Amino acid sequence: MSTPYAKLPAWADYGLIPLINLLVAFIVAGFVVVLVGENPFRAAIILVEGAFGKGTGIAFTLFYATTFIFTGLSVAVAAHCGLFNIGTEGQAYIAGLGIAIVCLSFDTVLPWWLTFPLAIAASALVGALWALIPAYLQAKRGSHIVITTIMFNFIAASIMVYLLVGPLKPAASQAPQTRNFLAGAELPKLNWIIELFGAKIRSAPLNVTFLLALVMAFLVWLLIWRTRLGYEMRTYGHSPKAARYAGISETRIIITAMMISGALAGMMALNPVMGDQHNVAIDFVSGAGFVGIAVALMGRLHPIGIVLAAILFGMLYQGGAELAFEMPAISRDMIVIIQGLVILFAGALEHMFRPYVQALFASFNPRSVGMEAVKEKGA
Amino acid sequence: MDVFNAVIQVLDSTVRLSVPLLLACLAGLYSERAGIFDIGLEGKMLVGAFAGAAAASVFHSALLGLGMAILISVAFALVHGFASITHRGNQIVSGVAINFIAAGSTIILGQAWFQQGGRTPALGPGERFDAIVWPGADAVRNVPVIGPIYAELISGHSILVYLAFLMVPFTWWVLFRTRFGLRLRAVGENPAAVDTAGISVAWLRYRALICTGVLTGVAGAYLSMVQNGGFVKDMTAGKGYIALAALIFAKWKPVNAMFACLLFGFLDAAAIRLQGSPLPIIGKVPVQFMQALPYILTVILLAGFIGKAIPPRAGGVPYVKER
Repeated sequence: MSTPYAKLPAWADYGLIPLINLLVAFIVAGFVVVLVGENPFRAAIILVEGAFGKGTGIAFTLFYATTFIFTGLSVAVAAHCGLFNIGTEGQAYIAGLGIAIVCLSFDTVLPWWLTFPLAIAASALVGALWALIPAYLQAKRGSHIVITTIMFNFIAASIMVYLLVGPLKPAASQAPQTRNFLAGAELPKLNWIIELFGAKIRSAPLNVTFLLALVMAFLVWLLIWRTRLGYEMRTYGHSPKAARYAGISETRIIITAMMISGALAGMMALNPVMGDQHNVAIDFVSGAGFVGIAVALMGRLHPIGIVLAAILFGMLYQGGAELAFEMPAISRDMIVIIQGLVILFAGALEHMFRPYVQALFASFNPRSVGMEAVKEKGA
Repeated sequence: MDVFNAVIQVLDSTVRLSVPLLLACLAGLYSERAGIFDIGLEGKMLVGAFAGAAAASVFHSALLGLGMAILISVAFALVHGFASITHRGNQIVSGVAINFIAAGSTIILGQAWFQQGGRTPALGPGERFDAIVWPGADAVRNVPVIGPIYAELISGHSILVYLAFLMVPFTWWVLFRTRFGLRLRAVGENPAAVDTAGISVAWLRYRALICTGVLTGVAGAYLSMVQNGGFVKDMTAGKGYIALAALIFAKWKPVNAMFACLLFGFLDAAAIRLQGSPLPIIGKVPVQFMQALPYILTVILLAGFIGKAIPPRAGGVPYVKER
């Protein structure tokens, strides 16, 4: 590469390049819309209007965003430690079991504000335990975490299907799901916040889990950048050798990072299960764990970026539903393509445009990208 | 005799179910042996299945379908190569991306082009690969023991089944008896050495990925044009991941890969056959347990309790030329 390998200003690194990557992903998605025979610009307008045009739309957007904040944080925490947790999906799914046990036991006796903390603890615990085994195998046995977490997704799905068509299903029911939770396990809605701003909301599942997600985003920031443990995790993520040399226990750091990641993934289940459906059903995660990968990559592993990326994907989910209504040729699966393209351009190809951006910056202001130093060396 | 027939039937469906696994597993073998992790087997199979069925039904030709399946699947493999070889991106991230793009685009395009809820039109005769009845299969069918084995197990499969099993010795020969194979294995173990010898690491890895694309294309075509007679959305249903598991289980060796895929195919066939009926001694086994068994076995293997699976040394690491 002829361009000097130098640092860009932070705003370009964290703002401009992700934006370019995102833009390219959407342009390619636009081509798919054209292939289908629709107008991509009209599709984009319908999508944004569907997501933010009405109060109900905004509430739905934030409801989906809640889910993606959790899974995005989960992927990011592991990634800071150099681990690719592809098992967020399975950890969230199996955490539904923990929530089911708490809710089915206590929804008749306790009010929601006592059930909720118990359910948080249960979901985090189950999610963390499901991440523990792959973490242990990676740390102690050297088996690749990506492969084991994929395998654990499938194993989790098998266990949940077995339980939901068998032991957890009420005898009288045909549907593969638990009985509906009673009032003691239903979380209060947050729609009134949006109504404060004058918007009308018919019915939307936005609930207190959204606040929990924001708190978790803050705690993750605190953990990664303001604690010793976070420092150790980032050290290990940058260079396992350096971490070992600094006396950081490899086993401890891998297992801790993965269990935190699993706990965050597990908490995701609270949002659809206790906030919306009020039961645990087959495949209730429906890919949110994988969206977390896209969200984390787009948010550049920073909680603020993740919250913004989660809202973007929430918008795609809500707006996508409206879009499917207006343009029947574009079903909700369009989001899956966009998600894939975002992962491709913001993740695997994240450095594709960097040399060009660097060259552009260098032509405006050589000093800003360290061209000066290179020239001096050359002279 | 009933038991014998039942066994033959289970083995017959074992063969049918293990073919897509085997093709995908060998596909993964080429890329992983060259040092490129490929989580995207699933997605490439899926686009292969879609392109195959779509082209076959539009052009009324099974062969054109197969060709299109291979073409599109190779194109996706090249995207993976572009991201992970040329731009040295994370190979796992790239594979995940390909799986999503495949899953979404097959449904969207299928719905837009054929308007059947993401399906392609059912393939008629000549648009799919039919079973080949071997000479004398009907004549010997009633001969005890050998008859059913010949007529059911060996004869009566489509050409792609035989092709898949022929790919096993062929892959072995390519990898271990040709110069290309030697270099391919070398580039997965120590790319710097290959580079020093004056061979392009990138071009070698691209060629490995093209092999991967061809085989996943055939695997996809088998799913939609032999097993099913049309494309159904998400029809790979995790087979790409099972193939990945089989590849690890086989310790990245072609002949082992065949046995691993037959084992996983057998588990699948047995799960379908047993559906709810109790086994002697063990009692009733939940179907879900049988379905999860390949994954459980792979985890146990990865943990090093059944031998040790050592991946190619340079796997997952983008090659950076010294500067």
